Amino acid sequence: MARKPQLLTLFIALVAMLAISACGSPQVAPTATSQPNTGQAAQPTNAPQPTEAPQQPAETQAPAAGQGGTLTVYSGRTEDLVGPLIEQFEKDTGIEVQVKYGDTAELAAALLEEGDASPADVFFAQDAGALGAVRKAGLFAPLSEAILSRVDERFRADDGSWIGVSGRARVVVYNPELVKEEDLPETIFGFTDPKWKGKIGWAPTNGSFQAFVTALRVLEGEERAREWLEGIQANEPKVYPKNTAIVEAVANGEVEVGFVNHYYLLRLLKEKGDLKAKNYYFNNSDPGALINVAGVGMLKSSDNKELAEQFIAYLVSEKAQQYFSSETFEHPLVEGVKADPRLPGLSEVQTPKIDLSDLEDLDGTLQLLQDAGVL
Amino acid sequence: MATVSRPFQVPRPISRSRSQRRLLPPFMLTLPALGVALGMLVPIVYLVIRAASAGERAWLLLLRDRTLSVFLQTVLLAGTTTLISVLIAVPLAWLLVRTDLPLRHFWTVATALPLVIPSYIGGFTVAAALGPRGMLQKILEPLIGVQRLPEIYGFPGALLTLTLFSYPYVLLSIQAGLRGIDPSLEEASRSLGHGPWSTFRRIILPQLRPSIAAGSLLVALYALSDFGAVSLMQFDSFTRVIYMQYQASINRGFAAVMSLALVALTGLVLYSEGRTRGRARYYRSAGGCNRPATLIRLGRWRWPALAFCGLLVLLALMMPLGVMIYWLVQGLSNGEPLRLVWSAALQSIIASGVAAVAAVIAAVPVAVLAVRYSGRLSKWIERSTYIGHALPGLVVALALIFFSINVVRPIYQTFALLIAGYTVLFLPQAVGAIRSSLLQISPRLEEAGRSLGRTPRQVLATITLPMARPGVMAGAALVFLTTMKELPVTLLLSPIGFQTLATRIWSASSEAFWARAAAPALLLVLVSSLPMAFLVLGDRRWRS
Repeated sequence: MARKPQLLTLFIALVAMLAISACGSPQVAPTATSQPNTGQAAQPTNAPQPTEAPQQPAETQAPAAGQGGTLTVYSGRTEDLVGPLIEQFEKDTGIEVQVKYGDTAELAAALLEEGDASPADVFFAQDAGALGAVRKAGLFAPLSEAILSRVDERFRADDGSWIGVSGRARVVVYNPELVKEEDLPETIFGFTDPKWKGKIGWAPTNGSFQAFVTALRVLEGEERAREWLEGIQANEPKVYPKNTAIVEAVANGEVEVGFVNHYYLLRLLKEKGDLKAKNYYFNNSDPGALINVAGVGMLKSSDNKELAEQFIAYLVSEKAQQYFSSETFEHPLVEGVKADPRLPGLSEVQTPKIDLSDLEDLDGTLQLLQDAGVL
Repeated sequence: MATVSRPFQVPRPISRSRSQRRLLPPFMLTLPALGVALGMLVPIVYLVIRAASAGERAWLLLLRDRTLSVFLQTVLLAGTTTLISVLIAVPLAWLLVRTDLPLRHFWTVATALPLVIPSYIGGFTVAAALGPRGMLQKILEPLIGVQRLPEIYGFPGALLTLTLFSYPYVLLSIQAGLRGIDPSLEEASRSLGHGPWSTFRRIILPQLRPSIAAGSLLVALYALSDFGAVSLMQFDSFTRVIYMQYQASINRGFAAVMSLALVALTGLVLYSEGRTRGRARYYRSAGGCNRPATLIRLGRWRWPALAFCGLLVLLALMMPLGVMIYWLVQGLSNGEPLRLVWSAALQSIIASGVAAVAAVIAAVPVAVLAVRYSGRLSKWIERSTYIGHALPGLVVALALIFFSINVVRPIYQTFALLIAGYTVLFLPQAVGAIRSSLLQISPRLEEAGRSLGRTPRQVLATITLPMARPGVMAGAALVFLTTMKELPVTLLLSPIGFQTLATRIWSASSEAFWARAAAPALLLVLVSSLPMAFLVLGDRRWRS
């Protein structure tokens, strides 16, 4: 009997100790790890000291290496994808980057809640739709022409509010043992042919798929988009929760073809060695040849716009583009950077003529998918 | 000693003094409890504000036929999940607590452990193992030539996943309840000629009612709020529709309207659970002390009992672990480095530990008020704590962002706000456990303490809380274990750079790096199994 209160207090004391150490660390972290060159780095919170204020612009304009400062990035791209790149940026520039990782849409929703009070300087999103939504709320500041011109007009906002940094192509993944490449149709509408009955895999809840349907609506009109959805639906496609599940299903023969993003196959190949699956690209401005982007924008509320632009410029530098090409297997968007040898060059793919900012209108897509009985 | 003297001997004066006291619960209880309840209302206030600015269209959307079908589907899913969980948990708890089941300690831990498996991992392993051409099919094909297993996506998959990973809520609750039952009642029943079955039905089951109800409530609310299982199994529940609004169009207005509909549904669940609570008393009214019941010999029945436990552990624990180990081994053999993220594990433990303590501190006044000073106010306060548990984590996170940005900006993206978020989500787990425990303590003991000159605070500290310790510990452990796997609130509310095992798993699995997700997922189960063992075994040791 006498032991029990002791155990309880011991437990509480232990947890309380951990709590104190935990509460301490986040506050300590920024001051302890940042600013290799004393205290006057470009941190807006330090601004009250008037003598140091004038130094700030001078310093941020100084050459990149060893410059210091802290940048806050909301990243809808996971740490497994972009963490190493951001570390490299820190090493190359001396700028400390604090990253909040999360789901792209959830972070966009958080940004909308935060409004002007957002601690974020940069939003790094997985798809153009979320960037479009943040733009629509008027939260982005325009980027400089020097940065924008790095990337083809197809892959950035027309008002310069965000820029694409890597391309994610919609492709058809197919099992070469079950279907020959020459038997695949030249347009995405070819899959409404009854001969594909029971052979298609898709993921209607997937964001990339929905972005594609939005593109289809914008390019071909509501009616054609509905026709396509109903045509595929009539072929009784197998529904999967995610792109990877589709690639795996194609590889093990569950279905013959699947609508996915191009890089899932390449990542699975890296993890599993060999798979009976290949990517097929549409061409000739077919809606199926849509290339969506992961992109980045600078928040209007940021006090760190110079650092933010520096970060964004880094993402469209050759070094970073090479990283996307070899590590995440995406299409680099800057000319002269080579894509993975298994991928076609961007100039070879004639993408449909669409302003990617228009992909923000997913509301109507959801409605259409629901009406067509797909969701 | 162990004589049966239940209701009829309660002296009248005492009950009158209780009814007088009911009018005046001490401030030191009401004030914190009210504070807690107000905190719980933050998400609702947020939803009302967002829904009000949503415009007419969002409300029209709510009136579509589809909303009704989503509503019915959600009710069906939550109801069936709860029912099956109870059907699993009642016999299982009885086997684990009251019989000489072989390897009882092992089964006690193993059957409770599925609780620590996040549904977004569990759902995926269920699909990977039992999908039409999943691992099971691969095993069966050479044996009996099965080409495809029946489709698992949709209702069956969602039901299976939710049940497998949430039945421990009822199990733990019933186990605690069973241990608190005074065995003398059963002995009396047996001595009066009732068989074991009749005794179980007439004596044990009625006494377990609050435990079953408390556990069921947690399962039902979990099924309402869970996103991982329904999204992976593509079942249209409210939560999935709400998430889809955020993910597809970042449409906060309509999502808020749908969330409010979910709150209304939660209210319905809470109301019906409230109806099952009678005025019955669950403490012993005579003298003597609680002692463990004698174990029932299973004899030949131990084989079906073992098969039952084995099947459950196979499905709910071995299957997900097996899939994760398979992913890990496959990744390692393809040159993926083994990343054991100890720092993330440590941060998980710290955050979960603090959340557990915070939830218990917030839960004690609420539970004491609800049990000892039952009245309209205390009932409302207690019920309000359940709202957060039924809302999708994303909604709670956005509500707290909204609240802290507009009201208490300095705590935005601090550890404190994160803990507040966890507390809003998981408080009812602590409240339920503590409440069940309090119900089994006779108020006479507290009255004796008061009559001997102790202040209410001293009574609380020296009598009530020590006696309610199993409930306090169970509540803390439950909150700890569910916080370990929590994702949406962790992602949005944590200080920048804060990483837990759950965020590591998510980071890897959302980009389909399964091999990388497997290591932190296994670590999560490993780290959680220690407190789980403490929860189910430590409690038992103390009792015997």
